[in-house]
Amino acid sequence: MLDAPPRPLVEVTDLKMHFPIHTGVFRRHTGDVKAVDGVSFSILPGETLGLVGESGCGKSTVGRAMLRLYEPTAGRVVIDGDDVASLSPEALRKKRPTMQMVFQDPQASLNPRMTLARIIGEPLDEHTAWPKAKKLERVYELMDAVGLNRRFANRYPHEFSGGQRQRIGIARALALNPRFIVCDEPIAALDVSIQAQVVNLLEDLQEKLGLTYLFISHDLSMVRHIADRVAVMYLGRIAELSPRDALYARPLHPYAEALLSAVNEPDPVRAATRRRIILKGDVPSPANPPVGCNFCTRCPRVFGRCRVEKPPLQEVEPGRFVACHLFDNTAAGRTGASEVPEHNQQGVTQ
Amino acid sequence: MLTYTLRRLLVAIPTLLLISLVIFLLVDLAPGSPASEIPLTVPAEVKAKMIEAMGINEPVHIRYLLWLKQFFWTEPLYAIDAAFGTDFADNAPRIISYSSKVPVIDYIAERLPQTLIVIGSAYVIAILIALPIGIYSAYRQYSWFDQIGTFVSMVGYSVPTFFTGLLAIIVFTSWLGWFPSIYNTSLRVVDWASFKQQVTQMFLPVAVLALFNAAELSRYTRSSMLENLSQDYARTARAKGMSERTVVLKHVLRNSLIPVITVITLGMPAIFAGAIVTEQVFKINGIGAALIGAIHVNDLPVVQTIAFITAILIVLFNLVADILYGILDPRIRYD
Repeated sequence: MLDAPPRPLVEVTDLKMHFPIHTGVFRRHTGDVKAVDGVSFSILPGETLGLVGESGCGKSTVGRAMLRLYEPTAGRVVIDGDDVASLSPEALRKKRPTMQMVFQDPQASLNPRMTLARIIGEPLDEHTAWPKAKKLERVYELMDAVGLNRRFANRYPHEFSGGQRQRIGIARALALNPRFIVCDEPIAALDVSIQAQVVNLLEDLQEKLGLTYLFISHDLSMVRHIADRVAVMYLGRIAELSPRDALYARPLHPYAEALLSAVNEPDPVRAATRRRIILKGDVPSPANPPVGCNFCTRCPRVFGRCRVEKPPLQEVEPGRFVACHLFDNTAAGRTGASEVPEHNQQGVTQ
Repeated sequence: MLTYTLRRLLVAIPTLLLISLVIFLLVDLAPGSPASEIPLTVPAEVKAKMIEAMGINEPVHIRYLLWLKQFFWTEPLYAIDAAFGTDFADNAPRIISYSSKVPVIDYIAERLPQTLIVIGSAYVIAILIALPIGIYSAYRQYSWFDQIGTFVSMVGYSVPTFFTGLLAIIVFTSWLGWFPSIYNTSLRVVDWASFKQQVTQMFLPVAVLALFNAAELSRYTRSSMLENLSQDYARTARAKGMSERTVVLKHVLRNSLIPVITVITLGMPAIFAGAIVTEQVFKINGIGAALIGAIHVNDLPVVQTIAFITAILIVLFNLVADILYGILDPRIRYD
């Protein structure tokens, strides 16, 4: 009983986010962009799950659909005991303080006509009944926490640099003491010198406040720095979900292998011997994904079965989940995804 | 902001002087002359005396400078005299209408109330209609409400007021007999009955003009709202757990209104200039009608003065729009 695994804070089960395509004179519904097509994972309290993939693979959509900034097409997103995907609008609003998001573009995501104090303090107006002085005290406290000078409280977002704006975005997200924060490429729009500051700030805050992160990024080295476990996405599905060190040392899924071979190696001796895997062709359209494995059109190790059958995400080594027929450790008779045991879909380290 | 305003006002002076010259010359050099309005039966020496009395035998630059002096110096003095009972003007010659022989400013002051009441209330009503329609159309983009709103706006904006005006007269005056087609300028509102009469006679011209203005404004509001609704900060506000009402009316609307207010401000001078066509259609004795009448009889001082006052208002409201922009949008600073 002592080594029972802790209950995950976030459990995503078979999340699907399809955007309808309307075409023709009468704008009939003719298809769907399957931005996210059956994604399952879970995040333990205090853990950071990195979500990587090339642009357009649906990683930002996962983050937004999880917080119901989009209405998910299907699936369950249980955050701290409630299924966010099915809450009523009012209950969802009450739930919002638990789960927050740090956005990619710190300029566009802040209302240009609000001062810093109002941006950070607005959630408090909505979700607390505190007196004004207490709210202001909290705003100052948050500004201290993210390293913004208190004198800036009455300035507008455009008066700050990119890194400072991202700090405002983080302070805003922290205002209501969330337990779970989706960081949607929080450093993509920042200078490299500022990126490290913001990532370190996020790590410090995690340690101090016991936060749980979903860290979405295409910057593989940054994810390596911050994440405990990493999920690699390709075309709306998770290709591999593994502990960070294991993944970076020995990626299992051919796509993860190709992706990680692109990480720059600072050591010139090792860099000389680095073997890069160059994928050929383009990512298929998410409106019309391949019948079999989503990666079958570009996979260097493709074989017959890949083109007809989608591989389910299954645990191939302790804690390592891969969606690839190469690693199918089940009996040959085992086929469809429906037969995969439930705990394998969760992607939890057991 | 104060420095900026003062600087802009200073820049406006040469601009307005240039505009006044262009207006004066355009009107003066246009074919037709006040002398041609004198009947042929008038003997030549009498005609010469009349021309001298009107001052049109002087060369054009003398007449321009004289008009300029009268407009910027004499007329303000008369205005001060009228307001405070002083006697600064000392019976200096004023800008006199050729045809009616009354001071042009008095003539305009007589016509202005009708224009302000009718065109002004049409503008206010247009704003009150257009904003909610624009906001809701954007919020429910491609809904039935939006489709119908878009269609009505397109019709309202593309069909000229002389057509909608006549159509309204045919339907509501000739067929239904609900509203009069002619605006009675001499009606004085003293009691409830006369107020009702005033509202009835204003209804058609106000409706026709409001449709036209609302069509334009609702399009601006809609597109501005759409642009802001898809902005990241709207998503941030939702993620904060703000109610939908707060997101739309507080975050998005306030940002969307900045360009809309600019458009509204820039449309203000048109209230003074009057809707020439609509005033003609409904026989409203306003500024627009005065301008058309003056053009018909070659009454140069009236045309020049009305055109120039309009020009001043346009320059002024451009400045007001810029200042409002600076106040509403913290990103814009004029230093």
